[in-house]
Amino acid sequence: MLLYGSFLCVQLGGIGVRIGRSKIVSDPIVQVLELVAQYGDLRVLEGVSFEIPNGSVTVIAGSSGCGKTTLLRHMIGLLKPTAGRILLRGEDIVAMSERELSRIRTRQGVLFQGAGLLNSLTLADNVALPLREHTELRESTIEIMTRMKLELVGLLGFENFLPSQISGGMRKRAGLARAIAMDPEILYFDEPTAGLDPVTSAEIDELILKLKRTFRMTIVAVTHELPSIKNIADWVVMLDQGKVVFFGTLQEILACEDPTVRRFLDRQPGEVVYDSQRYIEAITGTNP
Amino acid sequence: MIHSLIGSIGKKTISGIADVSHASALINETVYWLFVGPFKRKGVRWASSIHQMVLIGYQAIPIVSLISLSVGIIMALQAAYQLRRVGALIYVADLVGISITRELGPLLTAIILAGRSGSAFAAEIGSMKVTEEVDALVAMGLNPVKFLVVPKMLGIMIMLPCLILIADFVGISGGFLIAVGSLNLNFERYLTQTVNALVLTDVLTGLIKGLVFALIIGFVGCHEGFSVDGGAEGVGLRTTRSVVTGIFLIILADCFFTVLFYVFS
Repeated sequence: MLLYGSFLCVQLGGIGVRIGRSKIVSDPIVQVLELVAQYGDLRVLEGVSFEIPNGSVTVIAGSSGCGKTTLLRHMIGLLKPTAGRILLRGEDIVAMSERELSRIRTRQGVLFQGAGLLNSLTLADNVALPLREHTELRESTIEIMTRMKLELVGLLGFENFLPSQISGGMRKRAGLARAIAMDPEILYFDEPTAGLDPVTSAEIDELILKLKRTFRMTIVAVTHELPSIKNIADWVVMLDQGKVVFFGTLQEILACEDPTVRRFLDRQPGEVVYDSQRYIEAITGTNP
Repeated sequence: MIHSLIGSIGKKTISGIADVSHASALINETVYWLFVGPFKRKGVRWASSIHQMVLIGYQAIPIVSLISLSVGIIMALQAAYQLRRVGALIYVADLVGISITRELGPLLTAIILAGRSGSAFAAEIGSMKVTEEVDALVAMGLNPVKFLVVPKMLGIMIMLPCLILIADFVGISGGFLIAVGSLNLNFERYLTQTVNALVLTDVLTGLIKGLVFALIIGFVGCHEGFSVDGGAEGVGLRTTRSVVTGIFLIILADCFFTVLFYVFS
């Protein structure tokens, strides 16, 4: 049994070593260090620190509004934090200019919650877009590579369809084909199975595992879907109210006894603390 | 009360400064890609720019022509109403020719494009922002300004002056139709009078104005599109703002140019 923060967790193996409050992984590809983020006066992330091990699937979990997507957007470089650093293979992406970030972004793929496909382009053109813009490949080679990626996600034959003509699950798969078009070393997923039926969700999970096995990609997925977490995660970072409450392997979190973690894993409602004074202040508008 | 007032003024000032800062960053980036892009590998998306020219220019020809024709007819009839009293009916040609080329042709075409294309820019970019398409472009390492704004700017900068020339021709033709068909003026005399009244500067003045109007419509539309937050309501709000701000700035710029040309002519 090892002490992790203020609670006890069981370490059942894995490549990590614990030092104090943080866990050091042996081969991190991404390191998030003391990240602080806020929207206006509202602080969304508070001193978030963890590491993403190379070649593994790391799930960023937590209840809605805990700051998962905000954290992911910082890791992709879409948002600049108030404080803290994010190191990708030792390079601090927070300090980088947009031009430097563009170079880094060709080495990473992102699948957004709504897939983020360009609605004016066909699926084939969507997948071919990064290849056309970032490489000097001939058009015939790009067409073959595009078909290969679409085949990988089971969408061969849908090349000329527009995103509006296919289902939500197919859009996610097409978005995934585009995300892996440049064979990235790290792949980010924002809620990959949100809003999908259980069968399609399982198919997306299977695709994620296939990518890890076949291409040895490092995968970071933001999700709160428990079946997906149990299915795909090697490592889990759990956030609660903008803070990391757990970072460890899947086995460790399943055995973790921390009340916040247990509430999430056992699907229990949060504690409601009733404060009559605050309630009166809130409804009368006297609360500062 | 005073605290709330000062707070409100402060918030509006900060928001205004942020808006201006964002707009200047957009202008800076667009100008860079407009001038440096053509000399860089894959710097300008020519196919997309030509597509925009078709949407902005070619597809606007019917509405621009129809409105210009109507304005030409109205101008000729209103002018005839006054000039007939002093027996100077032939000066309808001068009035229609000069006012259409110097003022009404560029202004009306710009207002039509602000409503037609400026709103389309804001709605398209705004919707793309809401559906994470803009984020997806950035995440792929693609510059949204180069990808979305530059083709639109090229399209409107090239097509607005072309549409102004069409509007000038059709507007003058409208006046000509009334003069010959209704006011019984001689065809050749009206034509000679129009040619004599117009100088190259009149047409050039309109074209210079047109280029500035194109920049206003393009930047306002794209800026409002990138400023969308929230969902469909945000898109609607910014689309409306793009048209209102666009038309306001066009008329302001027109006023400035008219005073400038008057002083220096």
